[in-house]
Amino acid sequence: MVELALPKGSKPTKGKKHAAPADAKNLRTFKVYRYDPDGGADPSIDEYQVDMDSCGPMVLDALIKIKNETDPTLTFRRSCREGICGSCAMNIDGTNTLACTKGIDEVKGEVKIYPLPHMDVVKDLVPDLTNFYAQHASIEPWLQTTSVQPEKEWKQSTEDREKLDGLYECILCACCSTSCPSYWWNGDRYLGPAVLLQAYRWLIDSRDEATGERLDNLEDPFRLYRCHTIMNCAKACPKGLSPAKAIAEIKRMMVERRV
Amino acid sequence: MSASTEYEFTDHTFDVVVVGAGGAGLRATLGCAQAGLKTANITKVFPTRSHTVAAQGGISAALGNMGQDDWKWHMYDTVKGSDWLGDQDAIEYLCRNAPEAVYELEHFGVPFSRTEEGKIYQRPFGGMTTDYGKGIAQRTCAAADRTGHAILHTLYGQSLRYDAEFFIEYFAIDLIMDDEGACVGVVALKMDDGTLHRFHSNETIMATGGYGRAYFSATSAHTCTGDGNAMALRAGLPLQDMEFVQFHPTGIYGSGCLITEGSRGEGGYLVNSDGERFMERYAPSAKDLASRDVVSRSMTMEIREGRGVGAENDHIFLHLDHLDPDILAARLPGISESARIFAGVDVTKEPIPVIPTVHYNMGGIPTNYHGEVIAGDPNDPEKTVQGLMAIGEAACVSVHGANRLGSNSLIDLVVFGRAAGLRAGEKLTAGGPTKPLPKNAGQNSIGRLDRFRNAKGSTPTAELRGRMQRVMQNNCAVYRTGEVLEEGVKLMEQVHAGSEDIGVTDRSLIWNSDLIETLEFDNLIIQARATMNGADARKESRGGHAREDFSTRDDENWMKHTLSWVDDARNVSLTYRPVHTYTMTNEVDYIEPKERVY
Repeated sequence: MVELALPKGSKPTKGKKHAAPADAKNLRTFKVYRYDPDGGADPSIDEYQVDMDSCGPMVLDALIKIKNETDPTLTFRRSCREGICGSCAMNIDGTNTLACTKGIDEVKGEVKIYPLPHMDVVKDLVPDLTNFYAQHASIEPWLQTTSVQPEKEWKQSTEDREKLDGLYECILCACCSTSCPSYWWNGDRYLGPAVLLQAYRWLIDSRDEATGERLDNLEDPFRLYRCHTIMNCAKACPKGLSPAKAIAEIKRMMVERRV
Repeated sequence: MSASTEYEFTDHTFDVVVVGAGGAGLRATLGCAQAGLKTANITKVFPTRSHTVAAQGGISAALGNMGQDDWKWHMYDTVKGSDWLGDQDAIEYLCRNAPEAVYELEHFGVPFSRTEEGKIYQRPFGGMTTDYGKGIAQRTCAAADRTGHAILHTLYGQSLRYDAEFFIEYFAIDLIMDDEGACVGVVALKMDDGTLHRFHSNETIMATGGYGRAYFSATSAHTCTGDGNAMALRAGLPLQDMEFVQFHPTGIYGSGCLITEGSRGEGGYLVNSDGERFMERYAPSAKDLASRDVVSRSMTMEIREGRGVGAENDHIFLHLDHLDPDILAARLPGISESARIFAGVDVTKEPIPVIPTVHYNMGGIPTNYHGEVIAGDPNDPEKTVQGLMAIGEAACVSVHGANRLGSNSLIDLVVFGRAAGLRAGEKLTAGGPTKPLPKNAGQNSIGRLDRFRNAKGSTPTAELRGRMQRVMQNNCAVYRTGEVLEEGVKLMEQVHAGSEDIGVTDRSLIWNSDLIETLEFDNLIIQARATMNGADARKESRGGHAREDFSTRDDENWMKHTLSWVDDARNVSLTYRPVHTYTMTNEVDYIEPKERVY
């Protein structure tokens, strides 16, 4: 199964250069991955010069400025622009993060922007997340109970509620999963850090009564145990969460139920 | 059935088609699927990217977890907040059903913050009082300051349990109306391959959100372009009360990102350049927790009178630095992070620079409290459109009237999302016969799509959009005058006419976001027109509509809903519809209009 050459289309060519207006003085260069599925051509790296005197502080501001003023064909997902919707996840300066909360001044030199790594690219910076979403659905991300439902709320102590902190804040941006080498190799069978963090969010919820079934669902050499504690996930998470810790907790629960 | 050689329709048939997968759309999708109806949900973004995710402070319901409460007090506050433009039958429905809707969310798994007794934590919010204005209520149920995120993700998870079919990253273009004026479905564009889809249904539920992006600065996401409102206008239906736009008092100066009202609920306060807590002057009783229109106007007055802060004296400071850091970490972690990222501020040490920022549209598609869309028939103001509902921010039920209270939008989503599901379950039988699609159904959408996709004019979409946003920002702001609005009407007409010369660069069909942004602009501009014309016409001040030349509320002439139409020839026309001056049941009396002071 050794591949001696990279598959076709995986090596970007040098693309177009877009200069800033002549009167612009405070310039930064953005090198952006482009892929147009219509043309059949290899992907390219286009270069855009952006006038920082009329640009907002975040990488997303620069992308929007490029799209508005220079090249309307540049394609990326974006919505809330405040780090809560998870749309604009991409690889900036070698790190997976959200373009809307990544300051341009955090990057030295040229700002290099690629789609999330190791995912099929639909177009430019838009990855195909279908498998990621299907994996999320597979852990049954909803509260499961068998006890008689109370008329009012299920009671939960403040201590039990605190156990959900650091978990429920996940925005499903996929920065962590697509930074994980184990997920790159086995993304079809390994659930990856984002989905396992979500799995733990339901395992540890004091109101949930399906712990056994949830653990059964994860007891698999690939689904859970392909985590090799590389820790890229925790480093990448733009919300400061630690999927690696959640995965370790699931593994601990697995061991505990065996003894 | 296909028309042009290049475009063909893929046809789908469902009992119900829901457009939009925010809080309201997901709750309605769930309800319809639970009722056994074959349900589709069409959404232009993956559900958890919908703008409900950005709601922070909480969801109102008189649970009484923090002290005595009563849904009738909640109703009184909402009527007063609406400046008596809200329909009291709908407001009764909202407040009465709110507690059950919140308990349902909790049973779904929403990670609400908790009291020491393990109950849902509730915080004070603007305009929420006890005993008809006498005390301050703690009625807003919160999951820290990420309540919308918690609710949206939970509803999305729940929706996976049911047999509803999701069409994700499909952009809805138009309603399909038949000759009898009934809605029989929707045309949508599949973004990842450019194919066109015709959804044939017995009931179409619009849950497409607001149109904050008509303005230059808004807390709203880039995707908040009111596509459903515009689809209704193009179908020849009216929008209601579009002149009522809510400015949130605390958008971060510069970026416009939201800082929750819950920050004032937890004890934060506003100061001017003199360091004065000026809200004490404007609202002696509620102070910083007066309703949003009142606080935004007060801030604007302070800035105008030269007491703004910063180098340009053009904003206000929000102090949280006196609060216990542990409380900030537990109750307001999200906005602490936003303030750091977008204002460079450590909230435990410094104030946040804030400014009133466009936040919410009280106006939208008129409906009754079942979610059924009002046709705008001058002879029958309650006549509904067959096969069409609207819910959430896209709808104008109207529960928010001229000004929405904070935390009343999340409850609106789930109460009316649920109501729409219940109504659809009552009216429809699963797999029942559908009204036939009219001949050439969807052909007008093809024409429009093709025109924009090949538009070769000299004005890029972004430039036209920028013009529109600046006119809205300058001419339809917190305070309005006849002169400025008249100018706004003319300027917006010019921007609209300028779209003849629109130019699109991307000609592809796969993920053509240049085209999508153009369709969104085309949606925004007609809503901007309706908003500006409605504001110009309304010669009074009420809630979010503050006229300097008509500074008081005029119930005799203006206690009525505005209905606005924008036709294909770009003409805007306005008519009016009575406000419901009655309640839903005899358990509560109509609340008579009186002076609105906080």
